[in-house]
Amino acid sequence: MRIVCPFCGERELGEFTYLGDAKPQRPAPDAGEDAVYDYVYLRDNIAGVMGEHWYHGGGCRTWLKVTRNTLTHEISAVEPAAGAGAGQVVK
Amino acid sequence: MKYSIFSLASAALSGHKNWKPTWRNAAPKDRYDVVIIGGGGHGLATAWFLASEFGIRNIAVLEKGWIGSGNAGRNTTIIRSNYGLPGNTGFYELSMKLWETMEQDLNYNAMVSQRGVLNLYHSDAQRDAFARRGNTMRINGIDAELLDQAALRKMLPFLNFDNARFPVQGGLLQRRGGTARHDAVVWGYAHAASELGVDIIQNCEVTGFTRDTNGKVTGVETSRGKIGAGKVGMAVAGSSSRVAAMAGLRLPIESHVLQAFVSEAIKPLIPGVMTFGAGHFYVSQSDKGGLVFGGDIDGYNSYAQRGNLPVMEDVCEGGMALIPMIGRVRLLRQWGGIMDMSMDGSPIIDKSPVDGLYINAGWCYGGFKATPGSGFVFAHLLARDEAHKEAARFRLDRFQRGAMIDEKGQGGQPNLH
Repeated sequence: MRIVCPFCGERELGEFTYLGDAKPQRPAPDAGEDAVYDYVYLRDNIAGVMGEHWYHGGGCRTWLKVTRNTLTHEISAVEPAAGAGAGQVVK
Repeated sequence: MKYSIFSLASAALSGHKNWKPTWRNAAPKDRYDVVIIGGGGHGLATAWFLASEFGIRNIAVLEKGWIGSGNAGRNTTIIRSNYGLPGNTGFYELSMKLWETMEQDLNYNAMVSQRGVLNLYHSDAQRDAFARRGNTMRINGIDAELLDQAALRKMLPFLNFDNARFPVQGGLLQRRGGTARHDAVVWGYAHAASELGVDIIQNCEVTGFTRDTNGKVTGVETSRGKIGAGKVGMAVAGSSSRVAAMAGLRLPIESHVLQAFVSEAIKPLIPGVMTFGAGHFYVSQSDKGGLVFGGDIDGYNSYAQRGNLPVMEDVCEGGMALIPMIGRVRLLRQWGGIMDMSMDGSPIIDKSPVDGLYINAGWCYGGFKATPGSGFVFAHLLARDEAHKEAARFRLDRFQRGAMIDEKGQGGQPNLH
């Protein structure tokens, strides 16, 4: 598996670190315990095409959103994900 | 049939042409008291304990592939009970004790070999942590010995003791740990369960659940038709989220790929199981002579049953740091299996929020050693509707309650456990 970084080009997997599913969004501070539980612990764990966050620590040190098939490891899209990571708060 | 020295001799005299299949390849009936989804070690062990200990004989085990095709045949065959946290310590020792009597109980040779499991430490801090874990084990009646470097130099003279970054200072040894022949474990449980009337149904993939008007699960829809059930237990680690989704559940689990490796056969070298404490590398030697080893999971969600090269390189580097002499041994084969990585690194054995559906999941990459214990406590839960005392903490709602069992202290990031 290789990832084509939009800034650095095609790079080997060892340069990247995986965060996980890009779908969970940190809930608003007053959203309640159930929403936080859902965000922190529950996952769709998709078998198929999934959007996920990867960090290019061995290159441009940018967060990327990678669209990848978990059944085949085929990558269909890679986009910059600056500001879209786990730290983002739902407005 | 019953296996013994006499059955072996008699089969030998007839040229080994009269062996019968070791379990019945059953066709599905309309209804069972208990249907277990997943014909791996845990599912088959559950069926056997239900039949032999809890008096429930009308059971089906549904396997989407064939017996031994999943993680039961993809692990590194290690058995041990060297856990430090309440919840884990007692459960894994229950499992260890069941390993010790398994072959007699099942009338099947699973080649259980208590050749010892040794965790090496490389710093004073790691020694203290291991001493503490060893003490926890001994307080709970489990064997553990803290060995210093002098003792290890006699046992394992080939280790890289004077590695500049990670000198080997000593190790925590559990002599009762060891290995078992993984295929024989599933075959043995299938054999013994089948003898007690359990239907083992292969090539039967569950595609959905049937529910009554109250939402209670009344059976399963499969690729071989509908099958009614009083209770349904799922033991499908690797695919737990997919099966649970059919019942409308989301789980605190991610599926990740773990690779394992076997080298070409060499003369006897590694006496037991050994783990490198400064990286992630564990190794034993099979009876055929190959070094069986592994390390970290790849770290990204996957259902593909194959991994990638960076982890392979990392695992081999761990091996080289510990045992430089294996550098010229060639890798023979390598494979991947799909792990249910739970959010705290510990399993889930519990009733699900859906009436009639019971969950056995989240084994991370430690499910093989748990096979008999998992089967026993899951059978207990299915038969009596209450958790066995050694599995009472493996609850599905523990994440909501803040009662995690996080042996590694990594928090809710599954790829770090």
